[in-house]
Amino acid sequence: MRQGAAMSPVEASQRTVEQLVARFGPEVEPLPTSFDMPVVKVRPGALRDVARFLKEDGYAMLLDVGGVDYLGRRPREERFEVVYHFLDVRGLRRIRLRVALPEDRPEVPTLSDLWPSANWAEREVFDLFGIRFTGHPDLRRILMPDDWEGHPLRKDYPLRGPRQAGTPQALRQRFFPLRLDGPPGEPASRPAGDARADRRESGGEGGA
Amino acid sequence: MSEVRRELWVDETGQERMTVSIGPHHPSTHGVLRLIVELEGETIADAEAEIGFLHTGIEKHAENLTWQQAITVLDRMDYLSPLSNNLGYVLAVERLLGLEVPRRVQYVRVLLTELQRIASHLVWLGTHGLDLGAQSIFFYCFDLREGILDILEETTGARMNPSYFRVGGLAQDIPPTFARMVDAWLREFPKRMEQLRAILDENPIWLARVKRIGAISAEQALAWGLTGPNLRATGVAYDVRKAFPYSGYDEFDFEVPVGEHGDVYDRYRVRMAEMEQSARIVRQALDGLPEGPWRVEDRKIVLPPKEEVKRSMEALIHHFKLVSYGFDVPAGEVYQAIESPRGEIGFYVVSDGGNRPLRVRVRPPSFYNTQALPALMRGHLIADMVAIIASIDPVFGEVDR
Repeated sequence: MRQGAAMSPVEASQRTVEQLVARFGPEVEPLPTSFDMPVVKVRPGALRDVARFLKEDGYAMLLDVGGVDYLGRRPREERFEVVYHFLDVRGLRRIRLRVALPEDRPEVPTLSDLWPSANWAEREVFDLFGIRFTGHPDLRRILMPDDWEGHPLRKDYPLRGPRQAGTPQALRQRFFPLRLDGPPGEPASRPAGDARADRRESGGEGGA
Repeated sequence: MSEVRRELWVDETGQERMTVSIGPHHPSTHGVLRLIVELEGETIADAEAEIGFLHTGIEKHAENLTWQQAITVLDRMDYLSPLSNNLGYVLAVERLLGLEVPRRVQYVRVLLTELQRIASHLVWLGTHGLDLGAQSIFFYCFDLREGILDILEETTGARMNPSYFRVGGLAQDIPPTFARMVDAWLREFPKRMEQLRAILDENPIWLARVKRIGAISAEQALAWGLTGPNLRATGVAYDVRKAFPYSGYDEFDFEVPVGEHGDVYDRYRVRMAEMEQSARIVRQALDGLPEGPWRVEDRKIVLPPKEEVKRSMEALIHHFKLVSYGFDVPAGEVYQAIESPRGEIGFYVVSDGGNRPLRVRVRPPSFYNTQALPALMRGHLIADMVAIIASIDPVFGEVDR
């Protein structure tokens, strides 16, 4: 639904931001518009209410759920970010929600009951970043094998995978462990890079 | 051969049920998709799709390459339409850089991505027909597509994965033979389309296999995040080219075909009409192709001409810097969506100001389209499963990335 013929889609989605601020107050924080796309930072606890509000407001499509790892670029309390893109196909409005999550407990409520499209998308973010979506009906790995260790899109995950033992990157992790490779909420017992190396009785791989 | 696991049991109501595992290496799954189907007689009671077999870590790779290099890996996601991947990504980076490309570049990009759309739809149609037993259509489609691949080869040097669109323009100018080749192909196209339509449009077997199969409502399609022809077949006229024009699409005259029932037949009709519309765009782009530079003049972004590198110290430094380090992109984030043959492919690109992307998140249309497969299949016969898979036109390079 177009909100007034004179209003452009960008202005209309800007109005959504104002409505969100009026309704949710400190739970939401409008960020500078990013190339025609209004951006709102949302606290994890308010995400479901904000999403429900958007759905009722005409944003019929949850286009995408993606993760970003800001390791070393932001404080550890805001290391991860889950990014949601919404689209209103009739009014042609777009809006982006960003939810910052701490390193030690990256958890955000699921939207898969509101939009079935979120189901696989959230599984992918879980798989590749280790971010948990509470209330998700089927939070399993989706792209990586079920028994995979670690979450590949994290910035501290070795680029060439766990076999990269002995490379400078792996040695750095071994002696200055970031302790982030385990499942979230559970401190890693071993430094990264060793887990796989222990299992394979490989000769010469870890030798540097 | 595919692993086929069969299980037979009787459910609470006394109904005999069978679980069949299809794929991942089954020709009708169009790639590597595994489906676990629960059958009640021959009817699909439930289905589950399993993906990830073609996961190659493309997003991770892209983060570790320079901005320009990342094009080459992102190219390989949707391997039936690599130029769409190129286009979405370079537009996103150009927006972050605040770069305006010359009109000639915009036109060439539009022209080639539309040709690519036709090529992609031809693969869809050919394999769709093949799945349903119409073998000749496959050869007609691939023969016609060959002409497009010849144009791409002549222009970009590669038939697949050309990485031809670069941040700031093109990899090289179009060849002198370009206009003649495209023109010859365009003249041939309507005749060939007529042939294809003559085989299928009134073919009673084809119609029986596609009508009222795998239908989805507009509301459901939106909830599942379907885009592209799959969404338009339900009657929602959402096309990124019209809704959020990019690369000068607002200068072209074309229609957005829509369906009504959202079934396999409507998806077929929408894609057939789309090919004709794409040909219209190609014709307009070819006739109106502006002269001018084929890339921006900014030496901090694009390589200087080789001749200059041999004579000018400055050009040599630029060349060296661009090849070894690349260029920095101002910190920021952008979501750039384009209309790929499969739907809205979106590039959420985050820069921290360095010479590599901090994150390239791709919104893969096939991923969301594939996710809806079980919802489309429930209640249909197992024999219709192949028709439904083919009709949503998934590409697993893109689903799994």
